Amino acid sequence: MSTVVETHDHGHHGPAKGLSRWLFTTNHKDIGTLYLWFSFIMLFTGGAMAMVIRAELFQPGLQIVQPEFFNQMTTNHGLIMVFGVIMPAFVGLANWMLPIQIGAPDMALPRLNNLSFWLLPMAFGILISTLFMPEGGPNFGWTFYAPLSTTYAPSTVNFFIFSVHVMGVSSILGSINIITTIFNMRAPGMTLMKMPLFVWSWLITAYLLIAVMPVLAGVVTMMLMDINFGTSFFNAAGGGDPVLFQHVFWFFGHPEVYIMILPAFGVVSHIIETFSRKPIFGYESMVYAMASIAILSFVVWAHHMFTVGMPLAGELFFMYSTMLIAIPTGVKVFNWVATMFRGSITFETPMLFSIAFVALFTIGGFSGLMLAIVPADFQYHDTYFVVAHFHYVLVPGALFGIIAATYYWLPKWTGNMYDETLGKLHFWLTFISVNITFFPMHFVGLAGMPRRYPDYALQFADFNAIISVGAFMFGLTQLLFLFIVIKTIRGGKQASPEVWEGAGELGLEWTLSSPAPYHSFSIPPQVK
Amino acid sequence: METKSTLRNLVGIVVGMFAFGWLLVPMYDVFCEITGLNGKVTGPSFLSEESKAITEQRELLVQFMTHNNESMPWFFDSEKSQMRVLTGNQYEATFVFHNTTSKEMVGQVIPSVSPGRGAEYFHKTECFCFEQQVLAAGERIELPVRFIIDPALPKEIGSLSLGYTLFDITDRVKSENKLANL
Amino acid sequence: MSYIKKVLTKLIFVMPLLVSAAVFAESSDYNMSVGVTEVSKSIFELHMVIFWICVAIGVIVFSIMFWSLWKYRKSKGAVAADFDDNFWLEIGWTVAATLVLVWMAVPSTQVMVEAYDDAEGEINILITGHQWKWHYEYLEDEVGFFSNLSTSQEQIDGEVPKGEFYLREVDEPLVIPTNTRVRFLITGNDVIHSWWVPDFAVKQDAIPGFINTAWTNVPEPGIYRGACTELCGIKHAFMPVVVRVVEREEYDDFIAQKVTLAEAERLLTSKNWTKEELMERGEQFYNTNCAACHQANGAGIPPVFPALVGSQVVMSDSAKQIEILMEGVQGSAMAAFGDSYSEIDIAAVITYTRQAWSNGDNGDGVIVTPKDIVDYKNKIDL
Repeated sequence: MSTVVETHDHGHHGPAKGLSRWLFTTNHKDIGTLYLWFSFIMLFTGGAMAMVIRAELFQPGLQIVQPEFFNQMTTNHGLIMVFGVIMPAFVGLANWMLPIQIGAPDMALPRLNNLSFWLLPMAFGILISTLFMPEGGPNFGWTFYAPLSTTYAPSTVNFFIFSVHVMGVSSILGSINIITTIFNMRAPGMTLMKMPLFVWSWLITAYLLIAVMPVLAGVVTMMLMDINFGTSFFNAAGGGDPVLFQHVFWFFGHPEVYIMILPAFGVVSHIIETFSRKPIFGYESMVYAMASIAILSFVVWAHHMFTVGMPLAGELFFMYSTMLIAIPTGVKVFNWVATMFRGSITFETPMLFSIAFVALFTIGGFSGLMLAIVPADFQYHDTYFVVAHFHYVLVPGALFGIIAATYYWLPKWTGNMYDETLGKLHFWLTFISVNITFFPMHFVGLAGMPRRYPDYALQFADFNAIISVGAFMFGLTQLLFLFIVIKTIRGGKQASPEVWEGAGELGLEWTLSSPAPYHSFSIPPQVK
Repeated sequence: METKSTLRNLVGIVVGMFAFGWLLVPMYDVFCEITGLNGKVTGPSFLSEESKAITEQRELLVQFMTHNNESMPWFFDSEKSQMRVLTGNQYEATFVFHNTTSKEMVGQVIPSVSPGRGAEYFHKTECFCFEQQVLAAGERIELPVRFIIDPALPKEIGSLSLGYTLFDITDRVKSENKLANL
Repeated sequence: MSYIKKVLTKLIFVMPLLVSAAVFAESSDYNMSVGVTEVSKSIFELHMVIFWICVAIGVIVFSIMFWSLWKYRKSKGAVAADFDDNFWLEIGWTVAATLVLVWMAVPSTQVMVEAYDDAEGEINILITGHQWKWHYEYLEDEVGFFSNLSTSQEQIDGEVPKGEFYLREVDEPLVIPTNTRVRFLITGNDVIHSWWVPDFAVKQDAIPGFINTAWTNVPEPGIYRGACTELCGIKHAFMPVVVRVVEREEYDDFIAQKVTLAEAERLLTSKNWTKEELMERGEQFYNTNCAACHQANGAGIPPVFPALVGSQVVMSDSAKQIEILMEGVQGSAMAAFGDSYSEIDIAAVITYTRQAWSNGDNGDGVIVTPKDIVDYKNKIDL
């Protein structure tokens, strides 16, 4: 939370006191804080569900939960992590940093900003409440294929659909706000090609969001109609097709996963540049790479559907387009490495998380490339190999990006340095447990264990036990992160405006005091 | 003000993409019809002029499969499970439907051709799958499918399988009728 | 401190890759199975080629990265250079990456074309995914049967030790002959399922209302085990695929047996069944097909799965019970069993439930015979 610093002479009052402040704030820093805390709470909620999953999978047999509940856990773990943790955390970072980084006093539409946030607790309140209803919550996977999610769904599916609609509205309104802010409120002298890479990453991400969230809204509305109004979008009996669901869903779903990673790309570029004490290598290429990834993300969706019965030409097209995305992504990895090369490097916690990001996200990228190869995918699809892939790109990928950003900017937000020793401890424990948890998933997947299984054949037992141990270690370690964050808010070594050596040149945020004033850049800075 | 025009454009994109999502539905149907992507064969179809001009005939195996979706209780089967046919000639296959329950029911047969890309060459000139079938309690009927395999069928396709899935649409029809009678 | 970091990072990043690469080659606990068909072997080889290319790229990129992290540490006095681009270098590595991908795409396309063959099959089998079992029908011979998980509930609940083929065994495997092109026609009965046999490298989704095709040609006899690979409800993990590949002669015998059995069933329908015969048959049927919901002790899980013990219908309304079995219950999970099972099975399970548990003492104990089921079907034939 930002403390109140009265540094300007307009005689503004500080923020309101108490609960009203948080309910009615239109301040981008406050709203950023709300998003970040919401996402942190959701991390533990979705994480608890993962613990239930891993506890059940610790040994073969059904010991702890029945398949009915297990399916609810896998479904809601996915929904919460995707829509309740990764996306809101990046929106929180955007809210806090975008106006500052472009030298603007706040977001373009501050009241809309408040609404965008408060829609989220409402949406997740509805979603999580379904777990306590008699028929149980959604149990058809976070990808909710029809007809399992239509004809065969519990009646709570209607709440699920409503919840998704509300999340979608939140994202769309937030993205409109972000694009409008970036286009219309940059300080004089800040041309587009002078914008920080985090700003670029969010500009592109916001465009992806407004393009695909409406499609998600469409597909869940079609579901709603099939379930309640007798239509047959996805029902063969009425002339529809369950595969149509998959096409429309993944048309949203694939850009969605790039939505979840692009802001991490932006953050990591900043951090590596700072701690290598060297400007990011190939700024323009980094921008073009992110834009290419975003555009290409629209033409790869059916690589999630290789076993659905598409004709050969279709399968080959999607294989080629998916392989193509590896190129701009690879360019970014090369550029990060080239930034480190011949730099002057120190290894503070944000840098550790960013280095791990580059290495482990790349491993996730390799398994992604393997998955793109259609005939091989016949053996990988719907197995734990896929689960390994997406957890590598999302956990040591997106989540490490969020954690790195938190350590990087926490001194700016609070005015206090976090405890570096504890931070490093958090890093090493997380790094080790993440690999213990997710690396063996490649093996069990290749050996033949399908995903969304509450029980499995005996040959998968040893690795599943290892994975579960790693998962518990990972979950517990994040409590340490919570401790570190709270400790830093409450006090610590005083942070300078620059915080990190040499950062003053790297971004407008490092010209402000630490903590940043409640209102900053009421007068726009001149950017050279 | 700049902001207003930016906002207008962005909201336009949102509305446009929402519409696009819905457009994907008919687009998918058209795409499937053209490419036979999902083996869907919709209405009666006939040989084109080019196809009629092909005099060369080849033999292939046509198989029929029937399946009752979920627990549709009718007896539904083809008299013959397969036929060796020549492209370009018209053939007829007979199917039996028997409503073994004590209530009137409505069924819908959905066809699917395998391989999918063979669907556009499988011309059904007459088929019970074009309409709903109403059978009284205990009623038993036999219905034909008349078809021609297009002589332009690619050589790589060695056999065509026509699968029929019988769905129980009694409830759906009942509610549609209720609405219609309002 | 930083040196230790460097060593540790190298150990933790690079070692797992190298170790797993070494172990990868043949161990089936770590790696995809090579399988027994030409297609599965091509796919395995392709998988390994792509994997090694990824390892090579990873080694190159990670070496440069870790070397940089070590060599350019500020603590050892490194001073940062100030370059931030290099046009030709960037063009160079972009082109190199593209070429590597094209190089991967060629064999991938070849293997794909090999797998996607549409030729005629010598044998055609209709595979239907049900919640939660597979149905196999040999189209030429017109015989078919269900394939249910045969692992006992006691094993799953941990009451008895788990067998070697825990969750990978069925009562009736699919049987196909060696060296024969078998064509699979795959569809779904309710939700989407997916039929996968890793050793054949065959995986296709089973979609209700649509038929997908796949094919295989297996040179080696053996038992090959697979799984359902599309979330289909609560027993998604409990409907394995088992295929028994046998020499042609044995296959022909198997089919002949099945045909004879089917014929015998038809004849048996009209014979006079005793209560004990019906009970025995009915109990077996009940445990395979009913106990999952109505429980082995008939108590059910009300309200979703009604209790059969003490049920008014089961104890005193056999006509209604026949109707329920034959036609299902609208708006509930109770399917119509009439179209999937023989008159003998239906009669037997009804008779069993009417005599079993306390129903035998408290109910009317009416016996339903296969003839009664046939009559039911015909009586309403106006």
